[in-house]
This record gives sequence, C-alpha cells and structure tokens, in this order.
Amino acid sequence: MIEKKVLLNKLDRGEAILRAVKMGSEKIVSLIKDSELRGRGGAGFPTGIKWERVLNQSEKERYLICNADEGEPGTFKDRILLEEYTEKMIEGMIIGQIAIGAKKSFIYLRQEYKFLAEKIKNTIEEYKKLFGDKVDFQIDLRFGAGAYVCGEEFALIESLNGFRGEPRNKPPFPTEKGFKNKPTVVNNVETLCNIPHIVLNGASWFKKFGVKGCYGTKLFSVAGDVEKPGIYEVEMGIPLIELLEHVGGVDSKAVQVGGYAGTTVVPEDYYKTLCFGDLPPGGSIIVIGKNRDMGKVLENILEFFLEESCGQCTPCREGNYRLLEGLRLLRDGKASIKYLKTLFTLCDVMKISAKCGLGQSSPNSFLAIMKNFKDEILYNER
Amino acid sequence: MIECKVDYLKRIIEDVLKVHGNHRSSLLPVLIAVNDKIGFISDMALVEISKQMDIPIAEIHGVMSFYSFLNKKKKGKYVIRICRSLSCEFKGKNRIKNVIMRELGIGVGETTDDGLFTLEETNCIGMCDRSPAMLINDRPYYNLTPERAIEILESYRGGKII
Amino acid sequence: MSEKIKIKIDGKEFEVEKGITILEACKRFGIKIPTLCYHPDLTVAGICRICVVEIEGMDKLQPACAYPIDREMSIKTHSNKVRIARKTNLELILSEHYGDCYTCVRNGKCELQKLAADFGIDRYIFPSVTSPKYKIDNSSHAIVRDPNKCIHCKRCIRTCIDLQQVAALETANRGHNVQIQTALNKPISEVICINCGQCINRCPTGALRAKDPADEIWDAICDPSKFVVIQTAPSPRAAIGEEFGYPPGTCVTGKLNAALRRIGFDRIFDTNFAADLTIMEEGSELIERLKRKLVEGDKSVKLPMFTSCSPGWVKFIEHYYPQYLDHLSTCKSPQQMFGAIIKTYYAQKIGIDPAKIVTVALMPCAAKKFECNRPEMRDSGYKDVDYGLTTREMAAMIKEAGIDLHDMPDEDFDHPLGLGSGAGLIFGSTGGVMEAALRTVYEIVTGRPVPFKDLDITPIRGMEWIREASLVMENVKPEYKFLEGVEVKVAVAHGTANAKKLLRRLEEGKLDYHFIEIMACPGGCLGGGGQPIPTTPEIREARARAIYEEEKRLPVRKSHENPEIKQLYEEFLGKPLGELSHKLLHTHYTPRGKYFLGEENVL
Repeated sequence: MIEKKVLLNKLDRGEAILRAVKMGSEKIVSLIKDSELRGRGGAGFPTGIKWERVLNQSEKERYLICNADEGEPGTFKDRILLEEYTEKMIEGMIIGQIAIGAKKSFIYLRQEYKFLAEKIKNTIEEYKKLFGDKVDFQIDLRFGAGAYVCGEEFALIESLNGFRGEPRNKPPFPTEKGFKNKPTVVNNVETLCNIPHIVLNGASWFKKFGVKGCYGTKLFSVAGDVEKPGIYEVEMGIPLIELLEHVGGVDSKAVQVGGYAGTTVVPEDYYKTLCFGDLPPGGSIIVIGKNRDMGKVLENILEFFLEESCGQCTPCREGNYRLLEGLRLLRDGKASIKYLKTLFTLCDVMKISAKCGLGQSSPNSFLAIMKNFKDEILYNER
Repeated sequence: MIECKVDYLKRIIEDVLKVHGNHRSSLLPVLIAVNDKIGFISDMALVEISKQMDIPIAEIHGVMSFYSFLNKKKKGKYVIRICRSLSCEFKGKNRIKNVIMRELGIGVGETTDDGLFTLEETNCIGMCDRSPAMLINDRPYYNLTPERAIEILESYRGGKII
Repeated sequence: MSEKIKIKIDGKEFEVEKGITILEACKRFGIKIPTLCYHPDLTVAGICRICVVEIEGMDKLQPACAYPIDREMSIKTHSNKVRIARKTNLELILSEHYGDCYTCVRNGKCELQKLAADFGIDRYIFPSVTSPKYKIDNSSHAIVRDPNKCIHCKRCIRTCIDLQQVAALETANRGHNVQIQTALNKPISEVICINCGQCINRCPTGALRAKDPADEIWDAICDPSKFVVIQTAPSPRAAIGEEFGYPPGTCVTGKLNAALRRIGFDRIFDTNFAADLTIMEEGSELIERLKRKLVEGDKSVKLPMFTSCSPGWVKFIEHYYPQYLDHLSTCKSPQQMFGAIIKTYYAQKIGIDPAKIVTVALMPCAAKKFECNRPEMRDSGYKDVDYGLTTREMAAMIKEAGIDLHDMPDEDFDHPLGLGSGAGLIFGSTGGVMEAALRTVYEIVTGRPVPFKDLDITPIRGMEWIREASLVMENVKPEYKFLEGVEVKVAVAHGTANAKKLLRRLEEGKLDYHFIEIMACPGGCLGGGGQPIPTTPEIREARARAIYEEEKRLPVRKSHENPEIKQLYEEFLGKPLGELSHKLLHTHYTPRGKYFLGEENVL
C-alpha cells in the first residue's frame, strides 16, 4: 500500500495549539526549521526559514496569509483539505500567527471555492470560541475574483492590498515588505495543514516520511484519463510510476505533472520521482490517454497562460502569445520547421527572464510536448 | 427611475463600505460585494465607489478589469461557467457545452433573452476528479452528463434549484 | 555612511553602497545597460526585461533597474545568456509594435528604434504587425494617443498615476489582452486629463504625442493676407538647442529669434514681456486680496492665492478641487494675456485688422494647446491665441525650413512687446513666478528691492518638490500701512502630486500661506510636456541653470521696471486691475467633473 495517512487522518482538535502556546515563537520556528518542511504550493521554499525571517524583522506589525487560491489546473487537493480538514488549516494558521508574532491573518480563497466559505467561517468561529481566550488571533476570509496569477505570493499580496494582481520585483521579499508593506508570510493550505502534525509529533517523526531534502507526505490530485481519479496521500519522492500503477494510469501517452506550470512527462520518464529537484510535486497529476491529440493538449495549456498571465512583463505577455501562435502556424503548415528552433530559444528566454514563476514555467510544456511529440504535431495529415 | 438608481447604488455602496471599510485594501472585497449584489459593476457604480473610497476611477477600473469574475456588463441572473481545463475536456466538456448552448439558444459569452442565463467558459475550477464540471454562480456541478445538464438548467428555470 | 559592498561587474571589482540597484552601480562605472521601461523620474517597474543581467549563482536573470545590491555579488552584463534574453525580449516587443517608422513623429528619436539599431535587429523574428489594429485617439486639443505603437512599458501609467496623480490613464485587462488606455477607455477629451503632456515626454515610442498645428501655421505664414505673430515662452529657448545637438542647458535665444524670422514670422515677441504683465496684475491682485482680507475682513476673499499661469494646474484644480477655484488668481496666463494684447493694443498701434492677425505661441507645454482653445479665451473679440506650438514642433518646423540653429546669428525680438525682464524669464523654472512676484510686490509695498543678495530669492529656488519662504514687510509706504509687519508666507510646488499635498493641507485647514505658486510639470515649464525628449532630473537642472544664468545678464530684472510694460499701461491699459485689464487680462474658471466628461448624464 503506497498511501500514507497523515494529512488525510483525524486530528485531535486544539492539542497542537495548546502545545504551541507553551512553546512560544522561537521554539515553534526552530521546530519547523528542523522538520525541513517545504512549501506545498509549488516553489518548495523551506517554511521554517520563511517564518524565521519574519520573526527576525524589527517591524512588529506582521501578517500571515493562507494561500487558498488553488488555481493550478488539475489541482484540487486544497479543496479537499478546505472542505474536510478545515480545522487543520485553521490550527496551522493559529500556530503560524503565534510563531511569527502576527495579530492578524487572511485566508485568500479563490472565488471558485466560494461554496466552501460557510464551512471555513464556522470553523474559524468554533476556534475563536475554544481558543480565543488563550491565543490572540484573528483570521479574515478574503476572496479572489478569478485570476490564476494571484496564486503567486506577491500577486496575491497586491490583490489583498487592493491592486491588480501583478507580481512585484524581488527583493524585497514578502517577509520584509508584504501586505501593507509589512513583513508577511504566505503559506499554502497544505503547508499549514502539516503544521499541527509536526507540532504534535516532532520534527524527526515528520522526517520519517519522504526522502532527503524533501520530507513528509504529499497530496496528489489525480485526474484525466485514469481509472481512479481522486486525492492520494503518498510519501514525497515516490516514483511517478508507482502512483500511476496505484490509480490505473500507466497505460497512457503522457502525464501532466505539477499542473500546467509543471511539465509533460512521457512514459520513458515515469520512473522519475515526485520531489523537489525531480518531477514537480505541486500536487497535480493529469493523465493523458493514448488517443489524445497532443497538439490540442498543448493548445489548451497555452490558451490558459495567454489569458492568465498578468500581462506586465514582456516574455510572459508576448512570449505565451507567440508560443500559441507558433504552435498553430507549425501545426497548420504555415511556418517553416526552422521556426520551431526560434520558439525553443524563446522558451529558454521566458524561463530565465520572466518576472515571476508563471512566465518562467509556462514554456515547460511547450518544450516537453514539442520535443516528444514533434512528429505527431508537425508531420500530421491535416 | 434614474434618480432611484443612483440612490440605490449609493446606498448599496455605503452599506458595503460599512462592512469592508474604505481602505485601499478593501477595494477587492468592495468590488466583489457590489458585483454580487447588482450582478455587474457599471460606470455609475465605479463613479460611486471612486467617490466614497477616494480612489481614482481609472485605478478602480484597472483593478476590476484584471479579475475575470468581476463583470463590466450586465449578465444573466445565473452565470454558467463551464470548466475548460484538460481533465474536463477529456471527459466531454464540449458535449456539455453544446447541449447547454442548444438548450439555451446562446453561444459562449452570451446571455439568454430572458436575462436568466449567461454562458461562459472558465479555467480549472478544481473539480477534476469529477469532470466534467461547471459552476452556476457559486455552486459547483460535477460528473455532468448531457441529461444531467438539462435537468440542472430546468431546475433553475423552474426556480427549484437542485 | 552606508555600508560598502564589494561587487564584480564583468570580472572587474568595484565597491558600492549597499542597497543601490545594479543599474545605478553600472551607470556609475560607465557600464551601459540597455533599458526601456526604466525612467529616472518614475517608480521602478522591471517589466520590459531588457535590462536583465546575470548574477553568479542564480539561474534566473534579474532586472538591473530593480535588483538591489544587497550582498557581495558577481554580475555579468553581456554574457550570451543575457544577450540572447535581451534580444529575444526586444524582438517580442518589436513584434507587438506597429513600426511604421517613416511616418512616426518619433522617427529618429524613438527609444525602441534606437534599441533595435543597437541590437542590430535586421528582420522580424516573430510575425510582425503589418497594419494598425486600433483607432488613433485624436479627440483632445493637446494629446494624441496611438495604441498601435504602445509597448506596454507603463511609463505613461506611472507618470499619470504616481508622478502626477492625475490618473487619466489605466492598465486594463489581463494577459495578452492587457491594454494601456484612458480611464474606462473613453476618448482623451472626455477623461480627467490635464494635458500636462508628461506622459508624452516619457513615452519611449510614438504612442503618445502632442497635436501638431505646424501645417496650419505654415499655411498662415505663406498666406500674404495674414500677419503672423509668434511669442516665445521663457523655457523653449533654454531647451530647443537640444534638438539641434547643443548640450542641455544652452540658451539659444538670439539664434532662435533669427530662425523664426527666416521661417517668415512677421513679428517675434517675448512672452517674458507678458510674464512681466502678469506680475503687474497678479502682484496687484495679491496686495488687493491681502488688503481686503486683512484690513476689511472680507470673508469672500480667499487666501492663499494660487498662481494661474500653468494651464495643466488650472485644469487639475478645476477637476479635482473645484471648491478652491476662488483661490486661483484671476489672471490669465502670460500666453493668453499676450494674445489679447496683440489683437487689441498692438493691432491698433500698427493699424492692422486683428482679424488678419494669427498669433502663435511657442510653448514648452502641451496644455497651452487646450488653454488657447478655451471658449473664454476670446476677449479680444477673436481667438486670442490661435495656436500653441511646442518646443519639439518648433524645432521640426525650423528643420523643415532647412535651417540649422548653429548657423544662425543672434537677433533681437521685435519691439515694443519684445522686451522682457529677468523676472519674466525665470517664469520658465519652478519658483520663478513667485520670485518675480516677490521682487515686484515687495518693492511696490516698501519702495525698496527685496532683501536678498542680487535679487536672488534662493530659498524658493531649486528642485525640492515643495519649498517655502516668508518675507516680513517692514517700513512700508504709507499707502500700504496695512501690511506693516506682516510676514508674507509663500510656498512653491511643482508636479500636480505635490500640488495635491498642499491642497489636502488646505482641506484640513492647515495651510497658512498667503501665496502659492504651482506648476503642473516637474521642474516647472522647463520640464513641460512640450519640451525636447528625453527629460531627466539632470536635464531639468541644466535648463534651470541656463535660465538663471541668462537672467543675471539681462539689463532689467524686475517686471515693474520694464519700460515697455510702463508704456503699455500708459498708452493703453491705464493701471493694473483697471477696467481694461479686467476685460482683457483676467478670466474665470469652470468647475469640472472629477470622473469623466458626461458623468452627470451617467449618474
């Protein structure tokens, strides 16, 4: 059995909070640092270090933001956590507030998940009643309004600040100048859900799961041409093939790993592992069946980025447009095959010079699909 | 009628500001609330928000136009957003879309004459394990089949939403 | 002293203060980094990705304009990675830009064109725009917007929203649909644009330009039945040289006069003269207001009084603070006073039918084009000023006539109306109107020159955004006894964002000045929206220096001592604030909407 139940297990309400209150800021932060927990949103930045940076700021007005703007296509693991394990996220947030010394935190929930708002609000109220006298915390629920890029931490902060959700230049990082230009931690829902478990069971317990440099369990949203779609909790670092075998997706043409911003993995590479540094463990697995038209798959992905780019930096705004246009021209025989080389160069440039992660990762699938399925797309009988 | 409209708007925005405050950081919640209450954010509403929040109208419009759930024009009472991401596409999203288009007699981006429905496509709504899926206003519908889609539309028409 | 950090740029070692950007460091050491969305006057955006550099140990490139040197680092400014990224990003920009360079007003002066040349671009790598997609917005008297040439650098947005705080422009939509547009995408003439033209000065391409009346002016010059008179404002003479290769900060007054005469203008007058006239009227108005307020306790009289020479500022207050319009001096701007005098006094004097006179105003300003088209600016019985022409457009006319300023002798203005004092000349710089007014007001009231060395009122000079000074009126003449011992407090601000700061204080009742000079443009007129491009803090300072140096050399340095002004009052106007003055030289203002034209109909 490859499934591990940690996040998808029951949590004894409030025990972690009580323990955290006793521990105090420094101890919590050093525990999280010891656990080497890395952000579950995709970038994988060590959570403890993020917290420590805010804790060390001289500015006392600080904020914690729970990034519940799960917009990566193919990802729905946070939906399950928000719906069925709301209390874990809330506990993670309360502990986070204690750890970094924030009086206030926000949940930035994507509008598409508005139907979960009631449950979240009620849970916050319950915790307020149970622990309001022991911990000074405040959690506000805010909504996105349909913009994928707001999953990027600075875009999210700008959105909360009341501006267009456009990523900023870094540095300064949110830990220095975030919400209202005050030190701010932005953590993904799943990251926060790990927190109470670590507080209760310790860092070395957490590090029993996963592989070196990439500990813990991880939720994967599995969908597409697969026998058993759903949420699976597995250890970090398992080979993709094992997960595919478990869910009935081995017999496929390719797998989109890590959502549209991830990459397209072909069967020869199914042996690779899901962890930072190998296949992106963001949480989305879309299995692409044998009979799917890869040109159409890529078109779908690029159309998405064209629309969801914030549109401020050149490589992303114009680059994604040129990739989509190029795909269509090449597919329809209206551009020389040589043009593909130009587009590959463009992809490389986007990866290194776009302003934020969106533009830096949007060419991944173009590169993967155009390299692996060139014949299918370019030399068709259309 | 026009005067009432202004007063009505003014009151709505005043109420919204009472809840959310009129700091710059309340702008998005204010826009969402106005959008929810009236269904769209008109030039008139923008002027009123600008007045009450002391933010230039150009900036408010810039923010508003960034977010795809904030409507510049009046839409149907029920906005249907069909997910167009890969898993839904694999599971027959186009069939559902076609059925709805035929049932309602409108295309994507259009509103029915009775003002009841607007049909749109949207990016992933996080229902990939239950594709194909769609949102009608805030409510998700999933594991859709053409029959089920028609049934859902009927329920909205009849006022007994399922 | 801030902390020093050792860095390496392209292998060479340097030491810099912690926190400065890579771009600043490179500039200091003579290493050129190409930029596009960066502008020294504006907040940093870091979005064009042309200035990217490679920092050792980081796999992503970083924008030099935004990345602070926060640690020891080794930077490569032209590695192959950098070079290819820059070039590709430039190619992307070129492919979204409608590059009909031959027919573009910025041909030869376009930053994008220059970058393309520097990068050796010899073809479009990506499919290019072959025909315009968007309509050109021609609706305004002053500013023309051509979205086809927009490259989304947002310099105009940052100018309009951050620097000027006018917010007539916005970034709309998202992704590839992102649009730089006017508020709600209405025609420019319908949005809250003050026509300052600062966006034009900062646009790297031809997406924004001033509305050029040169063709009509040529027609008038070539029409023997027309008598074409040009007045030249103080600051174009300190800047137009830049268009001919002179370094910034070169005054070419005499050569400009010669060139204008060659072109065929019938008379060349000095707006400095009208500036002196403005001082006579505005100074008297200030004394009058002080008297009515301080002595008579007249509550209808509003203080502080604001200057009204800057048409961008006037429109700004009409839109945003109409409740304070009573604070604006009723004096027309020098341009408009001059137009009215030419078509009345001067026409009579030389016996020409004013209907045949065409008055052109060479101005550093885009808003002057709007101003001369205001319906209330027809007190001479005709359109007082027919055309407002910017410094840039004048330079183009001179070039079109085959004239090079370098070849021109120094020539004088025509007289009368061609003599301006130094006080009139410094109108071209922020603080100048105030200084000129104080020189005259103090002397009228006390009979003595202002108590500053060489008449230089240094506290209100310079480029600080808001400056203040006070002057105690002592030993006043008997007729101004009510001012004895009064400390006249003045302030100077430039850039409408700074005007807004003062107005906010006025709203809070915390503004106890008597007189405030406000210029819409940073630096005052010398940094106006019609001046040569580029504009930077250094260039503005150079132009200011040129103006103040030239004023030192002028024989008359106080407006009230200008003999031609005295002659005008003796022969025609009578006295300041007299009946004829009121008819010809003063005006009224119009409260305007704060959101867009026709908002009342929407509401």
